[in-house]
Amino acid sequence: MADVKKPKILGILCNWCSYAGADLAGSARTQYPPDVRVVRVMCTGRVDPLFIMKAFTDGADGVLVSGCHFGDCHYLEGNYKSAKRMFLMKSLLKGIGMEDKRLRMTFVSASEGAKWAKVIEDVVNTINELGPSPLKEMTK
Amino acid sequence: MVDTTSTKKPRIGVFVCHCGTNIAGSIDVKGLVEYAKTVPNVAFAQDYQYVCSTPGQKIITDAIEKEKLTGTVVAACSPRLHEPTFRTATKEGGLNQFRFEMANIREQGSWVHMHDRDAATDKAKDAVRIAVAKAALLQDLEPKAVPVEKAALVVGAGIAGMQAALDLANAGIKTYLVEKNPSIGGRMSQLDKTFPTLDCSQCILTPKMVDVGRAPNIELMTYSEIDAVEGYIGNFDVTIRKKARGVLSMAEAEAKGISGGGCNGCGDCEPVCPVIKPNPFEEGMKPRKAIYIYHPQVVPLLYTVDFDSCIKCNLCVTVCGDKKAIDLEMKDELIKVKVGTVILAIGFDIFPVENKREWGYKQFENVVTSLEFERLICASGPTGGHLIRPSDGKEPKRIGFVLCAGSRDNTGIGKPYCSRFCCMYSLKHAHQIIEKMPGAIPYIFYMDIRSFGKMYEEFYYRIQDEGAKFIRGRVANILEDPVTKNLHVYAEDTMLQRPMDMEMDLVVLAAAVQPAALTDKTRKLFGVSCSLDGWLLEAHPKLNPCGTTTAGVFLAGVCQGPKDIPDAVAQAEGAASAASIPIHRGEVELEPFFAQCIEEKCAGCGMCINLCPYQALSLVDKEAGKKVMQVTEAKCKGCGTCGAFCPGGAIWMQHFSTPQIVAQIDAFLLGGVK
Repeated sequence: MADVKKPKILGILCNWCSYAGADLAGSARTQYPPDVRVVRVMCTGRVDPLFIMKAFTDGADGVLVSGCHFGDCHYLEGNYKSAKRMFLMKSLLKGIGMEDKRLRMTFVSASEGAKWAKVIEDVVNTINELGPSPLKEMTK
Repeated sequence: MVDTTSTKKPRIGVFVCHCGTNIAGSIDVKGLVEYAKTVPNVAFAQDYQYVCSTPGQKIITDAIEKEKLTGTVVAACSPRLHEPTFRTATKEGGLNQFRFEMANIREQGSWVHMHDRDAATDKAKDAVRIAVAKAALLQDLEPKAVPVEKAALVVGAGIAGMQAALDLANAGIKTYLVEKNPSIGGRMSQLDKTFPTLDCSQCILTPKMVDVGRAPNIELMTYSEIDAVEGYIGNFDVTIRKKARGVLSMAEAEAKGISGGGCNGCGDCEPVCPVIKPNPFEEGMKPRKAIYIYHPQVVPLLYTVDFDSCIKCNLCVTVCGDKKAIDLEMKDELIKVKVGTVILAIGFDIFPVENKREWGYKQFENVVTSLEFERLICASGPTGGHLIRPSDGKEPKRIGFVLCAGSRDNTGIGKPYCSRFCCMYSLKHAHQIIEKMPGAIPYIFYMDIRSFGKMYEEFYYRIQDEGAKFIRGRVANILEDPVTKNLHVYAEDTMLQRPMDMEMDLVVLAAAVQPAALTDKTRKLFGVSCSLDGWLLEAHPKLNPCGTTTAGVFLAGVCQGPKDIPDAVAQAEGAASAASIPIHRGEVELEPFFAQCIEEKCAGCGMCINLCPYQALSLVDKEAGKKVMQVTEAKCKGCGTCGAFCPGGAIWMQHFSTPQIVAQIDAFLLGGVK
């Protein structure tokens, strides 16, 4: 068994809402679990399904994609398109026998620092409950 | 031809910032530097107390030259804070400014894992490795310079919007001023006096309104709303809906060939109109006809038809006669304007204080809001400035003021914030009562008196000396005596620590303010975020209070958060100055994160075309029978939605390319701390 206490979780954040919200949690010194590593993109619309699959085949235990609330996207509708793709990816994960909860999409605005901390706690708890990714075991 | 390769062998410099103890307090900075030296492609790593300082930046510029770096990584605060600083340092060192990547180890590192040094350090190591992986694949890019349209748009013509428009116009910039109401002036035109100087509100406002009406550089569009917005800083295409007013101005009449016609504000139409409705300008306390003038000092001097209540009896058309100013068949008109920058000054609404049922607003006739009080005490108001109570028209002798009516309220019904100006205008109201009505006593129920401004505390002392009674205690309940219609105010006097029941003739609720009804629609049109309480979000609360995260869009007045008139005017002047800078410079530089088509891979399927929200992509004929996608860079904003979808991988997102992002993912998951 891999070390369950240290899950590997990738967070892909949009620049305008969720990344700013995460920064706000920092300025407010809101403490949250340290298990998510962040890659910044301009918009969640940029999140290629390839990135998700790459992360899981590389051994990620979970992937968090976080963008603006619907109607708030800096690029009008990138988050809608991303959300659609994430639904598709979730069913794909199920199709290959993985728990679709390992992929999560959330919507955190630039003013929701406290919510960001809650989201991270929630994601980390979920992944800890699920344990290491089965894909990780297979690719070993 | 899109260059998808990095020609040079990467040599990355990593600079780790202590940020005093902000970072070093929770992260092993020295250990991080030692770790960075082991990361592939890292040629140089060093830490420094404050990398953003002049000597800190010099370490970067020197290292670029000495170590022949191809890219830089600074592990410090958020790129949203210091990315521009280090891009400039990278450029000064002789590299392209976009060969820089930031590892956020403060806002998303040391500050959020303050009590777990090992975990914070591990996360920082991963962040550095992820950043180095991207930096190794970064390419030279040039910012795109675009010309700026020499015109500005101001939305909302209250005191903030008017001031911003006047400043812009006086700086020689063509300014479109759009106001949803039939007249400019905003909330300030509803007020009687202003604190603490007791200036007559209309007396200081109307000269500005007249200036706005006269300014040759201001194109005033009243009774109009924003319908659609496209474009970006320098080139906003805005569609304005000019609502059907039913009345032609003289200029419009002239243009239609009615010589000498159009509305001259004579008012002959109003008495003949048979429709009577409550007047919203008077907070519903005065009747209004279906053809009306917004208030006596309107700019522009034009009547307006309320088509929701007009029965089209044509009596007004008949009495208007040869002027032919009234057109009951008028339709909304869409006007397109092109502007370089935008200022939002869309104001506020009053919190529906009837939601706080314990105070009895809209249940008891003699409970009014402060804005209703303003109209009742104002000479142009429904009672000609004679303060009477609504139930019986008698002059009240005991007047209770309930402060924080819906403000500083954590029950979930009211607003958690302080509305900032209610204390001061309630003091002003107390003064007006003492001045106008000898023998009447104002009782002020307060939590704290917040008299923070210049000469405000002195004004507070003056009102105390004049005889107003102050009771420190939040009002728990108000009940009506059904016979006299007097009100029993139940509160605790926290100074004397005893509950009290005081009988009042009239109670005035200093209701909280909240974002205006159109705020949400307007901010979404312009891509502006809002804070948790709904006010428009500034780019930085301290250092960029007029800007927004949308380049070229600025904020003025209460729409950004509650503020009094001097603060609103000051912010408007700040916003006007900020909005005029790109216009006077004549061009702005855009981050060149555009989509590019790798033509060899493009199958010309065209699936990306409809994905683009900006119509930046199109299919063009390449050679015999082969179509390829083409990007119009001026329209592309770099979101990458097309790049995430292209089935052939033919779309290259500059600075956020697929190889770069995949390298970041690989660096995190495959090159982790062993």
